[in-house]
Amino acid sequence: MEPILQARNLVKRYGRVVALDHCDFDLMPGEILAVIGDNGAGKSTLIKAISGAVIPDDGHIRLEGEKVSFRSPIEAREAGIETVYQTLAMSPALSIADNMFMGRELRKPGIMGQVFRQLDRAAMEKFARDKLNELGLLTIQNIRQPVETLSGGQRQGVAVARAAAFGSKVVILDEPTAALGVKESRKVLELILDVRARGIPIILISHNMPHVFEVADRIHVHRLGRRLCVINPADYSMSDAVAFMTGAKEPPHIDQAA
Amino acid sequence: MSDASGRGSDYEQAAAGAQKTVAQFDDHERGWVGYIQHLLHTTPALVPLIVLMISITVFGILLGTRFFSPFALTLILQQVAIVGIVASAQTLVILTAGIDLSVGAIAVLSSVIMGQFTFRYGLPVELAILCGLACGTAIGALNGFLVAFMKLPPFIVTLGMWQIVLAANFLYSANETIRSQDIEATAPLLQFLGTTFKIGADADGRGGATFTFAVVFMVLLVVLLTYILRHTAWGRHVYAVGDDPDAAELSGVNVKGTLVSVYAVAGLICAFAGWAMIGRIGSVSPTSGQLLNIESITAVVIGGISLFGGRGSILGALFGALIVGVFTLGLRLMNADAQWTYLLIGVLIIGAVAVDQWIRKVAA
Repeated sequence: MEPILQARNLVKRYGRVVALDHCDFDLMPGEILAVIGDNGAGKSTLIKAISGAVIPDDGHIRLEGEKVSFRSPIEAREAGIETVYQTLAMSPALSIADNMFMGRELRKPGIMGQVFRQLDRAAMEKFARDKLNELGLLTIQNIRQPVETLSGGQRQGVAVARAAAFGSKVVILDEPTAALGVKESRKVLELILDVRARGIPIILISHNMPHVFEVADRIHVHRLGRRLCVINPADYSMSDAVAFMTGAKEPPHIDQAA
Repeated sequence: MSDASGRGSDYEQAAAGAQKTVAQFDDHERGWVGYIQHLLHTTPALVPLIVLMISITVFGILLGTRFFSPFALTLILQQVAIVGIVASAQTLVILTAGIDLSVGAIAVLSSVIMGQFTFRYGLPVELAILCGLACGTAIGALNGFLVAFMKLPPFIVTLGMWQIVLAANFLYSANETIRSQDIEATAPLLQFLGTTFKIGADADGRGGATFTFAVVFMVLLVVLLTYILRHTAWGRHVYAVGDDPDAAELSGVNVKGTLVSVYAVAGLICAFAGWAMIGRIGSVSPTSGQLLNIESITAVVIGGISLFGGRGSILGALFGALIVGVFTLGLRLMNADAQWTYLLIGVLIIGAVAVDQWIRKVAA
């Protein structure tokens, strides 16, 4: 099986610090790939390189076999890679529907849209409602509600729904459960599984080992700026994963990367 | 870590019985205070509207028909027209979490250019007006460029621009006023926005509702900007940029482009205010419009627009300007010391910001 997203030999230096040291990366269609690594291992640089927020000094990225080089997150997004940032990137005072369509608004057809640039609010609200419903974010009373009136889990839900709605090829989730309580984390994990069930592969960056082991199909262990190994969560324990991550244990020799 | 491995997530067992829906958007119980808070949160122009209605009613009761007449009420509109126009520009900038201290200077320089280009260089008056409008837009765009691309704080940029533009205005005009009679004789178009028309006046032409074209322009501008801010993508981007520029950028909004266009549009609106100023005072004077900065910011703040950006509406700024106008005229008709006006406006400013802070606490 061909990886949907593949990176080879990525290098990124910040001055004398090497954040990515000839790093490889593979994401298979329809899977949840967790990326774990100690602080400073370079996993966020890796993710930024894939999502277009950082331009690698060397190496290349292929999306569905096609070579791509993103210069901004917008370009990655246009190619079908959606990222849910840890900060969620939402405007608190604007409504759920406004936020879902921020930067890709729909205009009314005909003269109202073309000449007067009027937004098609009804269509955007319907779309937003449908997408939230699809992901089980039910019982939305008011899609015009400002995002700041939602709880942390609800906001995360809207952000994931936005990514799932527009991310046609890959969805990247950066620490989606870090700021949430136990109960809300659970709901977000279910949401992640829902997104996978719809056939969209997910890259999940997380520090939370129980969450990683629960939802991930494969785990990419990042260490010292490169991929140390890729493990199957069924074959290893969480303490093994932490040991690989910190260098306390030798990685397995058989690479299960692809 | 080791004893947790293999068994998955025991500690989450407690959450197993929890609701299965991921996020419910039900309105939780809130009292009438919460209801009002929510209402104000969604319609921030409501507070200044209520204050405006109350102040008109109070002055109407106190002064009777001297105040509560079409003539007096439309006089207020005429008096606030220029501040209202400039406050619209100020609102756009403040919505992006900026501030524009150069609005007054831009208005004056634009009016001086309109006048001098006509009289010094003999340009057709239409062309001179276009040059004035273009100059205002260009200064605004320069403000925007310095804010968006040089990453300088808007306060500093426009503080500097205020001095630069004002000095340029005095240097260029040589502190020379173009007299009203000359304008009337050769270029009446410069005074166009000051033209009055009456509705419902008596046979002698007294009383009745009196409007200037500047008032009409102000109302049309407010309607147009309200539409743009509410119903176009650019309008939503203005709010998003003011709310959280990083989030807007990551969501795919062209933050820099939006900022430059906002300051440029503000400059253009100020240039129109400069044109309206010629109509109001008759002459082209490089010393006019000195108070526009502070008056426009006052109107915007009383109008419930948050200085932190992302909240408020143009309509609020119009109400804010009208409140100031009502107080000014009402207290003058009562023969009160003009200082009472300033005192009450000061109270309103602090009150408006307090209400804004309270509304911001709405988050669940």
